[in-house]
Amino acid sequence: MSLNVESPVVSTASAPQPLRLIDDTGHAVTDDAGGFTLPDPGTLLGLYRQMVIARRFDVQVTALTRQGRLATYPSALGQEACEIAAVASLDPGDWLFPTYRDSIALLTRGVKPEHILASFRGEWHSGYDQYEHRIAPQATPLATQALHAVGLATASKLKRDSTVALTLLGDGATSEGDAHEAFNFAAVWQAPVVFVVQNNQFAISVPLDKQMHCRTIADKAIGYGMPGYYVDGNDVAAMYAVTSAAVDRARAGGGPTLVEGLTYRMEAHTNSDDPSRYRSADDVDVWRRRDPIERLDIYLVSIGALSDQERAGIRDEAEDLATATRECMTLPVQVDPLELFDHVYAAPRTALSEQRAFLAAELAEHAALAEHAALAAQPAPITPSVSTPSGAHA
Amino acid sequence: MTLQSTAPPAGARPPVTLTMAAALNAAIQDSMRDDPTVVLFGEDVGPLGGVFRVTDGLYAEFGETRVSDSPLAESGIVGTAIGMAIYGLRPVVEMQFDAFSYPAFEQIVSHLAKMRNRTRGRISLPIVIRIPYAGDIGGVEHHSDSSEAYWTATPGLTVVSPSNPADAYSMLREAIASDDPVIFMEPKSRYWVKEALSLPVQTAPMNTAVVLREGTDVTLIAYGPTVKTALATAELATAEGLSIEVIDLRSLAPFDDATVGASLRKTSRAAVVHEAAQFGGYGAEVAARLTERNFFHLAAPILRITGFDIPYPSPKLEEYFLPTPDRILAALGTWEWS
Repeated sequence: MSLNVESPVVSTASAPQPLRLIDDTGHAVTDDAGGFTLPDPGTLLGLYRQMVIARRFDVQVTALTRQGRLATYPSALGQEACEIAAVASLDPGDWLFPTYRDSIALLTRGVKPEHILASFRGEWHSGYDQYEHRIAPQATPLATQALHAVGLATASKLKRDSTVALTLLGDGATSEGDAHEAFNFAAVWQAPVVFVVQNNQFAISVPLDKQMHCRTIADKAIGYGMPGYYVDGNDVAAMYAVTSAAVDRARAGGGPTLVEGLTYRMEAHTNSDDPSRYRSADDVDVWRRRDPIERLDIYLVSIGALSDQERAGIRDEAEDLATATRECMTLPVQVDPLELFDHVYAAPRTALSEQRAFLAAELAEHAALAEHAALAAQPAPITPSVSTPSGAHA
Repeated sequence: MTLQSTAPPAGARPPVTLTMAAALNAAIQDSMRDDPTVVLFGEDVGPLGGVFRVTDGLYAEFGETRVSDSPLAESGIVGTAIGMAIYGLRPVVEMQFDAFSYPAFEQIVSHLAKMRNRTRGRISLPIVIRIPYAGDIGGVEHHSDSSEAYWTATPGLTVVSPSNPADAYSMLREAIASDDPVIFMEPKSRYWVKEALSLPVQTAPMNTAVVLREGTDVTLIAYGPTVKTALATAELATAEGLSIEVIDLRSLAPFDDATVGASLRKTSRAAVVHEAAQFGGYGAEVAARLTERNFFHLAAPILRITGFDIPYPSPKLEEYFLPTPDRILAALGTWEWS
């Protein structure tokens, strides 16, 4: 659009500096950081390890997707600080409400690669046990999961539990009505929920200045009556300090917080995207120099908290995970066509039983035809095109 | 199955005359007394008791923790109900009027309906969405829609509509107890109909149709607001020597093929009546599936007597829109009766 309407409000003012504890070059920030202090070296080393492992996983899965092993994979390369800090700030009993881009958050919470990737392989829409991990299904519609997080957090409050919900959103998602409704419901109900917006600056191809007209996403929190923090999303120390404080505050009955992490999506939106159409290689290079892992590496070495040996050990661990991920992605996809009907309703439905019987008969007919063809063409082995229905999904 | 076959369970209270609105209120109240995980929220459902007073007195009895006014945002209401259900609550939420449920469409269709399937049965969403629907109350624009076909076309949802106070009580209690999400469609024009009930009354199972009036010549299929119209039509038809069997569907999804099919095979003629527009409406599914399953029992094509294919009209025009007994009888008269 080329309306060029001059706004009388201050929202067009340039954005403030994001809150930061370790700068681009790996040095601790000496300025006032809004009362937040650097996490201890042990915590930072743990975050470093998780980021290295998460990145190796992300790179591996992107490669597997290019090889055709997965239908799609939305990468979070470059966003490790936001993802890992958010998850690390939660207790095991807390709930995470992620999006399709947050597979490394699931990994960091202990979900197995094959269970994370089941959906991107096309096995089932959500492949992990949501109650075991306290992670809602990865949401594909934008911002819808933020309302689920607010609802769960409110239920926790109504039951006088200490469970906190944290939801991950992207910058584009904040344009959705559900984001507004989630922020507002959370504030009105003082729900123990934390919104972590990963501002990676692009909604597929659309830059943030076409999503909104205010300085920062964090500024919007003021309008809902909740605290908002504009944080360097490539500084895991700052992200962890702020999200941990927000989670603690929520747990103590202090209500919701909006945390914006300013970061950058280094990869394409998905493997079917072509970023060269909407951003320059120079821009990407600028952000490559702000890498979240690199800067923490420099800092940890500078304080003597990371040795070459430790780094090598972490990289070996990451490599082992990559190998395991490759191996499980080479296994054939196991699906049971008759399971299609099993989980639509809690109460059985006659119509679905009829349709299930129809499909079972069709499968039996195909199997009989395949067997017939195989007999005619002996000694070729029988290779059925679908796995045998087994009910092995218990 | 008929309504008359129902007996009040043991421990029934003395009969009282209740409107449908009061019967719905009692159903929520009894469900909340029996199950501490049932919570109620929506627009104006708190101290006001809802714009139709269906939640009257519940805020006073159960307090802010279990009965609360929500911000005015339907997607937010359904979306937060989903989160609460994941955490073990049974939310009962209200969309104030049918046409105001549409902001919640994405939450209902993409999440509420699909969550159990997406999660391979791990997450149940025992949520009831009450939707006052349909017209004939002189409502201004956006207050009289019949939105049932949007919901019945969505796998994963259970869609029911009572037509009388006894069913209103019994079906709402069953809906709240159900582990599946239920779209509970309340015909606004029937809110003030009265019936003497001994609560807790239990009528036929929520997912079944009932034969309200037996007949031999025609099966007239109705639900919610048009059940009254169908019964009036059957009464008028006797003067013309026509015996009409009236079926109250009660459950739109699932559809009770057994009860309706048995009636059709007996009468060999059927018509379906609803307020919603005809094209792509719920009656199309009724006519198609009955024809597919009972073609050789049919003496005539299954008819649909419905609202016109236009937006719901303004109050001074709605009488020309709504199906009437005369219009239904005229439609039945277009069949060949040899």
